[in-house]
Amino acid sequence: MPKVTIDGHTIEVPEGTTILEAARKIGGDIVPPTMCYYSKLKTSGGYCRTCLVKVSKGSEKDPRPMPKPVASCRQTVMDGMEVQNITSPEILDARAGVVEFLLINHPLDCPVCDQAGECNLQDLSYEHGHEVSRLDFRKRTFPMIDIGDKIKLHMNRCIMCYRCVKVAEQLCPERVHGVLNRGWDSEISTYIEQAVDNEWSGNMIDVCPVGALTDKTFRFKSRVWFTKPVDAHRDCPTCSGKVVLWYQGEEVLRVTGRKDQWGEVDEFICNECRFDKKKTSDWVIEGPRHIDRHSVISQNHYEELKKTEAGFITSEKLGEKAHN
Amino acid sequence: MSRKLLLDNLDKPGIQSITGYSDNGGYEALRKALQMKPEEIVSEVQKSGLRGRGGAGFPTGMKWSFIAKPEGVPRYLVCNADESEPGTFKDRYLMEHKPHILIEGMIISSFALGANTSYIYIRGEMMYVFHILQKAIDEAYAAGYLGKNILGSGFNLDLHVHCGAGAYICGEETALIESLEGKRGNPRIKPPFPAVKGLWGCPTVVNNVETIAAVVPIIKITGEEYAKIGIGKSTGTKLISASGHINKPGVYEIELGVPVEEFIYSDAYCGGIKNGKQLKAVVAGGSSVPVLPAHLILKTAAGEPRLMTYESLADGGFATGTMLGSGGFIVMDEDTSVVKNLWTFAHFYNHESCGQCSPCREGTGWMYRILNKILNGKGEMKDIDLLWNIQGNIEGKTICPLGDAAAWPVASSIRHFRSEFEAYINNHGMKDVKHYYRLNNLQEA
Repeated sequence: MPKVTIDGHTIEVPEGTTILEAARKIGGDIVPPTMCYYSKLKTSGGYCRTCLVKVSKGSEKDPRPMPKPVASCRQTVMDGMEVQNITSPEILDARAGVVEFLLINHPLDCPVCDQAGECNLQDLSYEHGHEVSRLDFRKRTFPMIDIGDKIKLHMNRCIMCYRCVKVAEQLCPERVHGVLNRGWDSEISTYIEQAVDNEWSGNMIDVCPVGALTDKTFRFKSRVWFTKPVDAHRDCPTCSGKVVLWYQGEEVLRVTGRKDQWGEVDEFICNECRFDKKKTSDWVIEGPRHIDRHSVISQNHYEELKKTEAGFITSEKLGEKAHN
Repeated sequence: MSRKLLLDNLDKPGIQSITGYSDNGGYEALRKALQMKPEEIVSEVQKSGLRGRGGAGFPTGMKWSFIAKPEGVPRYLVCNADESEPGTFKDRYLMEHKPHILIEGMIISSFALGANTSYIYIRGEMMYVFHILQKAIDEAYAAGYLGKNILGSGFNLDLHVHCGAGAYICGEETALIESLEGKRGNPRIKPPFPAVKGLWGCPTVVNNVETIAAVVPIIKITGEEYAKIGIGKSTGTKLISASGHINKPGVYEIELGVPVEEFIYSDAYCGGIKNGKQLKAVVAGGSSVPVLPAHLILKTAAGEPRLMTYESLADGGFATGTMLGSGGFIVMDEDTSVVKNLWTFAHFYNHESCGQCSPCREGTGWMYRILNKILNGKGEMKDIDLLWNIQGNIEGKTICPLGDAAAWPVASSIRHFRSEFEAYINNHGMKDVKHYYRLNNLQEA
């Protein structure tokens, strides 16, 4: 099995593993951030360029460094490869540049966006972005469109990660959903704004890293951090039925898939579970959901994390950040 | 005058048709090649030192040797005729005047690679050339050069010409393959490379028109003879499409190694700068390569005369050098505005970015808007540094080379002509030319 060293941490991984997956196995803050890669969607990744890393040694056989930064989500590891992520100043600069590119046309309307609080772009720009915008032109705008009766597409917020396109391709094959136009003007759309009903289409909402695709049954109901996530399941004939219910008081405001620490759902859920089962009586409740460290959903009640051997970001550090 | 291997016999009547082409030695190389083993042809091309004529200059023989040969899987040869680089028009000229040299090259190359189906992907805007090629292919089928059992050799080949829909990005080999498959022309993420997984997931070689055409003279005169032309690793002849402020714009076939100065001023080539003006700058290899000021294009930073070769033009890296690229030689005289020229290029890349990866999608549009602002007299000094910073954030961070191609002209224009940007900003841009003259106590021309 090939051995790869990422920022000084060596790990042995199976043949064909990407640098990103190897880094996720190591864990901690050496894991490159991702906006378009989604391990559950085939051929995703490579577009956003936030996960760029430097390969300072190609492999044991061919130790030459790779000439350009590579997308860690697509580059597979070789035996003896050495990778620099947060230890390379160029990579941190490149990443800040990419974050800036992602933000120049983003409306930054977080105060009215339903995704705020669980938005990958918010986290990314908080950790890697600049404080001020250098763009002094009008941002591009698009009209909002409905993709079916349950999903709203707010194209202004889109960062063109192609995840929803992959969902359409891989889960909803009859759905005509893709990219129109090119370059600066490219946009996600369905064919002539036509929506084809598919029982998996709601997963686009879960995979969208920003607030471009939102759940129309939840829009403007509540900020996510005022809702309480609870794990629940039901016997569903279509999907696994394992979901998270988001409560406000006694009311279920929305239903989503269960996201792991990388923001990816464990299993895709069907539209019936997502949109139509909003009563507690529909579900078997498992218990409150663990909320990851970066989330504001726990409203500053961060959980005490154990200090890892390698000394990665710990709850103490996070606490400092929150207090300062 | 240079030896001509590709553009020879252009004055012969009917050279565009199969009879005219065959009467002047056409399809002789094919007869010779079919007597050889495919590996011998590959090794002949390797010996010739032929390098890709599409811009990157990768050794063709090496590219051919990389093609995977799994059992029972077809291989494909695709000719990249999606020539859309501003300043480059050599392939169009060659296909217009000698379509059969491309067809012959395609048959020989397909035989060498073991491809039984090959494609010519031509740019959508060149519809009339599409018809010329289609006619040439029909003639070749009728003459038995295409189809089943070509000239009794047992080798079968079907050649198709496919018309793109007019996207610059489809000149990138993986975007071309996507487009040929009927999909949106977005570049693929590499690896896997086309030599392993290309068209329809099968091993594929994508070569430029001129590269494939050059295989014909290589077989005719042997690889060793071909390698004797040129200097060092830049062997053979190259088509250069010269345009701009020169007396004789057009397509020239040069032996690699001609001094740049001779190319610009000699009557055999460009014939000097138009209207007796001074040379200001040259874009040596199509819009993507760095622009160089007169003193650096004629001589390298070390004072050596610069030659038309891959190495000499690249001498000094991007600080003082450029690239031979695809041979789109754009000459600018003393009255040309580098800033306005850059705006044109930036407009082009903004229009042609596919929008797949973030740095190129956002960066090309952003640079274009900043240049727009400068040209409209609203520029600020910080915009120059911002442009510099943006191009640095694009270069090398994109999926395909379009990002680099958009970044390099910006970088080189600022590097070599920063004062001109400053003049634009200080003098309120293009609109207020009168104001500029008044400020500098100049007489209006």
